[in-house]
Amino acid sequence: MDPKILIARRVAQEIEPRSLVNLGIGIPTLVSDYLDEGMGVFFQAENGAVGMGHRPPEGMTDRHLTDAGGRFVSFVPGASTIDSAFSFGLIRGGHLDLTVLGALQVDEKGHLANWMIPGHYTPGMGGAMDLVTGAKKVIIAMQHSAKGKAKIVRECTLPLTSQRRVDLIVTELAVMKPEDDGLHLIERAPNVPLEVILEMTEAKLIHGSDVPEMQLDC
Amino acid sequence: MHLAISIDEAVGLIPDGATVMLSGFMGVGVPDGIVHALADAGKKNLTLISNDTARDTTGPGPLFAAHCVRKLICSHMGLNTIVQAQFASGELEVELVPQGTLVERIRAAGVGLGGILTPTGVGTKVAEGKEIVEVDGKSFLLEKPLTADFALIAARSCDYVGNLAYMLTATNFNPIMALAGKTVICEPEEIVPVGMIPPDLVKTPGVLVDHVIKTSA
Repeated sequence: MDPKILIARRVAQEIEPRSLVNLGIGIPTLVSDYLDEGMGVFFQAENGAVGMGHRPPEGMTDRHLTDAGGRFVSFVPGASTIDSAFSFGLIRGGHLDLTVLGALQVDEKGHLANWMIPGHYTPGMGGAMDLVTGAKKVIIAMQHSAKGKAKIVRECTLPLTSQRRVDLIVTELAVMKPEDDGLHLIERAPNVPLEVILEMTEAKLIHGSDVPEMQLDC
Repeated sequence: MHLAISIDEAVGLIPDGATVMLSGFMGVGVPDGIVHALADAGKKNLTLISNDTARDTTGPGPLFAAHCVRKLICSHMGLNTIVQAQFASGELEVELVPQGTLVERIRAAGVGLGGILTPTGVGTKVAEGKEIVEVDGKSFLLEKPLTADFALIAARSCDYVGNLAYMLTATNFNPIMALAGKTVICEPEEIVPVGMIPPDLVKTPGVLVDHVIKTSA
């Protein structure tokens, strides 16, 4: 399975019916493809949409209706539009059930860095700092390493996005959960041996002798 | 009532060195006509307050290509290569502000508040040099209001009172910036007779709007 699709399918299992969810750019965007539309989930976008749907067919786009990445989207029945202050009121005010974001680094404490690489590239935080600070639940969806370099590290060396601990980390190799005593490895991707995960992870992973596999066929 | 002015007249109101708020999100809900006209006029040393810098040729992009901006206050600039180059070379001074904080700082200026207290940014680089205020045992950053000489607004519809209606996600920062600019200039897609926009659909009352730019239609 394509690693990005595997991550998206695993993250989709975390989404509760009738919840309000914000998906970041990249792998997180794919998550909505693996949800049953009957679940009644509303997707929020920072630029002021509650109830975003898929990209409409060519010829049926509206230049006034885009997601937070500036891509054309549609609305599901029951959608609404809001201004940017209201949008971040939803985010910061505890009304957002879940955000799924990418990361440059995540560490053993569950701290996340995703907005600048000093001296190299400074995209800016956009809405990420508010999302991580305000959402009820934060899931990181990302590739386990970047060009062979560990992204799950002992301590973030890049500037932090928030001091809040994220709730879950999902990669194409594993599912990890930061807790008070450290970072727990709770699932392996299908057919991925424990040793491979440990080798690809700089952070210390707490795990039992038998780490269960992700169940993706539900 | 307003008499609509031309884009050239609007550009003539904005001097070099002005602080300008520009609405929009990744090029959506941006008054594109006035952006291009400011770039063509070769304005210099602007301080630009905008959520993002979109891409090289969209949203505020033309202002950077024409070297109009000296200081940028925004939340995201990762997809504009001209901005990245000018930031790296030191031509462009940048203040990065979390998006929710940016919009609330603008709103604070517009509604007469002395600042806002937000949990966003506590414990990060964003908190450097800022006052931390404890409220009921929780830490917040004190973030100050953000005002501007001009707010440049895009609307779907405008009447000759200056009432504005927006469309879908092109709303974004527009109604907030319309509160906060000392002079508010709106570039609507259409100008309609007074009474055509139902009162419930007016999101920015015309009392806030100083100038309306003529549409080409």
